[in-house]
Amino acid sequence: MTVLRRAAVPATLLALALVPLAGQEFALDLFTRIMIFGLAALSLDFILGYGGMVSFGHAAYLGIGSYAVGISVALGLTDGFAHLALAAGGSGLAALVIGFVALRTRGTTFIMLTLAFAQMIYFLCESLNQFGGDNGLNIPTHSDFGRWLPLDDPRVLYYVTFAALAVFLLLGRRVVRSRFGLVIRAAKSNERRMAALGFPVFHYQLAAFVIAGTVCGVAGMLLANQTEFLAPAIMHWTRSGEIMMMVILGGRGTLVGPVVGAAIYLLLEQVLSGWTEHWQAVLGPILVAVVLLSRPRTRRALAQRLRRRRIAPAHA
Amino acid sequence: MPEPLLDIRGLCKRFGGLRATDDVSLTLFPGEIHAVIGPNGAGKTTLIAQIAGELAPDSGQVLLDGAEITRLSSAARAARGLVRSFQITSVFPDFSALDNVALAVQAHAGHSFRFWRPAARDPALREPARARLAEMGLAARADVPAGALSHGERRTLELAMALAAAPRALLLDEPLAGMGPEESAQMIRLLAGLKGRFGVLLVEHDMDAVFALADRVSVLEYGRVIAAGTPEEVRRDPLARAAYLGEDEAA
Amino acid sequence: MTASLALQQLLNGVQFGMTLFLMAAGLTLIFGIMNLINLAHGSLYMIGAYVAAASFNEWRSVPAALALAIAAAVAVGAAIEIGIFRALYDGDHLDQVLATFGLILFFNEAVRMIWGATALYAQVPAFLSGQISLFGAPYPLYRLVVTGVGLLVAALLYVLIGRTRLGALIRAGASNRMMVGALGVNIALLYTLVFCLGAGLAALAGAMAGPIFTVESGMGDDFLILAFVVIVIGGIGSVRGSFVAALLIGITDTMGRAYLRPLLALIVNRNAADAAGPAIASLLIYAMMAFVLFFRPAGLFPPRTR
Repeated sequence: MTVLRRAAVPATLLALALVPLAGQEFALDLFTRIMIFGLAALSLDFILGYGGMVSFGHAAYLGIGSYAVGISVALGLTDGFAHLALAAGGSGLAALVIGFVALRTRGTTFIMLTLAFAQMIYFLCESLNQFGGDNGLNIPTHSDFGRWLPLDDPRVLYYVTFAALAVFLLLGRRVVRSRFGLVIRAAKSNERRMAALGFPVFHYQLAAFVIAGTVCGVAGMLLANQTEFLAPAIMHWTRSGEIMMMVILGGRGTLVGPVVGAAIYLLLEQVLSGWTEHWQAVLGPILVAVVLLSRPRTRRALAQRLRRRRIAPAHA
Repeated sequence: MPEPLLDIRGLCKRFGGLRATDDVSLTLFPGEIHAVIGPNGAGKTTLIAQIAGELAPDSGQVLLDGAEITRLSSAARAARGLVRSFQITSVFPDFSALDNVALAVQAHAGHSFRFWRPAARDPALREPARARLAEMGLAARADVPAGALSHGERRTLELAMALAAAPRALLLDEPLAGMGPEESAQMIRLLAGLKGRFGVLLVEHDMDAVFALADRVSVLEYGRVIAAGTPEEVRRDPLARAAYLGEDEAA
Repeated sequence: MTASLALQQLLNGVQFGMTLFLMAAGLTLIFGIMNLINLAHGSLYMIGAYVAAASFNEWRSVPAALALAIAAAVAVGAAIEIGIFRALYDGDHLDQVLATFGLILFFNEAVRMIWGATALYAQVPAFLSGQISLFGAPYPLYRLVVTGVGLLVAALLYVLIGRTRLGALIRAGASNRMMVGALGVNIALLYTLVFCLGAGLAALAGAMAGPIFTVESGMGDDFLILAFVVIVIGGIGSVRGSFVAALLIGITDTMGRAYLRPLLALIVNRNAADAAGPAIASLLIYAMMAFVLFFRPAGLFPPRTR
């Protein structure tokens, strides 16, 4: 098992690095999308898988990152670094405000508050009529990072996204093992104990929350460049649910798991929608099955049932 | 008369009609072990919760080293050196014993906004942690997940964590709870070793331990302190005997 | 901004609140007693709307349409409760969120498969259409009926929960689940009953809401979020709390959408008011929830603690 774990990160990165060699533009597009959502899911895993903070509004940061690009371009600002600063800064700030309010609560209240704030941001962007409002807006130009990184070239965009994902993945692994990461993980395990030891848990959780939001905002910036389109639908709460799905599919508390989870989810979506237009009716039950089977109790109960069936015929 | 390390003045707490803590005052001096005893329901847990900062009193003050800490959170109090252990063991079950203590060390090693160095291999955290574990006789169990330790070992781990957190005053909430005779004897030895190093406010049921360890004893009943003094004085106090020790007359 | 117009908006707000209450009542019970976050509650609402509209279009009978809608939702509800939720009760909320999320995907697609992707036509039954004169201005009769039904259900729930043995079990379960189990009550049966009650209420809400809102795939999702806001503000597990909160939210949302823009126009220029008005109106409810939760994390009327 540990061999699998050790190999997971290099294997994933290697596989992703080799995709463009397959040549197909379609695959390039799909895997860029996978990496973007992988980055978003990874950022969620940091606070959810490691920190136990079930944020149900994570897609909002994807949206803020995208809107930072979309609005900038619409206003004539195309400099890539400005886009990056606005995307990261905007989502970081939003995470700071949301976290400040929500992290005083726990359990369901926390989940609902993060959801509520995401909805607020969603409705706010939906009302921005000069930037597409409900229908969305085309983004005619990409973020300009200079002559050497033309993001309108799909291969360049692919490798820029890959670089971002690799950097955050490796940095993330460093952070979860650091003193900071330890505080976050221990707070998930026993918060009362942490307070009794003298840790001001709120400060650390808020910092983690902001980090996660910022990274997701960067993913949002890449998303805007990839889709060339801006729509408030990107931050609908069902999107947040999808990102959470990716985290659980790939394995929470691993950072690389969610990246794999994003691949599984989006590839499933791709394959199923190729078979039938009613692919959601197939995906839904698959997700339910995954959740049920991920619980040891259900697996045991199922194993018991199967064993009984095998024994029964002998008595027949 | 030296300054009290911990000074509790007139603490009161009501829950509806019930006076859980009724004008409780007591002091803890550096280096002494002050035991708080009382029958079940006397309000010991509520009192500890207020001193530790988990429960806000209705009135009264808590002072540490002369500074008022009544409004501070439990984390803030712990940072100032008022460290507690829990009656129901509260450790990090998935982390190893060493990791548990290392966390306690980390809590008092400045802030933890450090993102780069792996904490698991940091000697600044590991060495003091190992030392604390060795002190408690748990060196051999350092790498065992805390959840897999025996009950007595976990209570000892709690104590190790409390010590690792650089305390000035220790609040120990029934450290001997649920321990068999051998483990109890071992724990009493460890606690005796604390005398002179810190001030310890010890809530306990085990009378042997109390009389073996305590420099002073306060007896709680129905939220009030009904007797206080040296163990001998309290043993002879009629009110204390009636309320608590009276049950042990036959023993 | 005449007085009668204001009254109409107020009544609309009350009606919206009553519809919300029907959703929220079941949701708060399910959440309070079974500690289950059920995102698929909106799907039960949707099923109620679809079955009611389709039945009424076919047979033109209000009792039949209601009965079928409720029966369908209760059947589906029982099926998913027994088949799926029983395995998730002691799990953490994340598992429940994700499983019910999968159910939403399934049901949204299923109704598209059965009734097509375009919205289903749902009309107000003839004898309930028309207007009634209220303080000199005409007001749709149907909306009053919906409000009336909501109030009636609220009264019935009050009796059920406050005066019957089942209600006592429900109240006990809402404040201390484990004790109820320890008392020897058949917990599994209680849970299924509560779930079906919630499903029935959601279906009723959906059936009545059909003619007012559009009957389409996904109609339950956003409404569900509002219902969650209601129960969180009201206090999870408290039907009384969700009644108050539902009214509060229904009225605030409706009045906000009606009057925020003109109010803002008094302060800022027309364009800004046109843009900001609807945005703030949508935000208002969530801002309200954040405000309430900040000061009372357990909501306005939390049932006595477990």
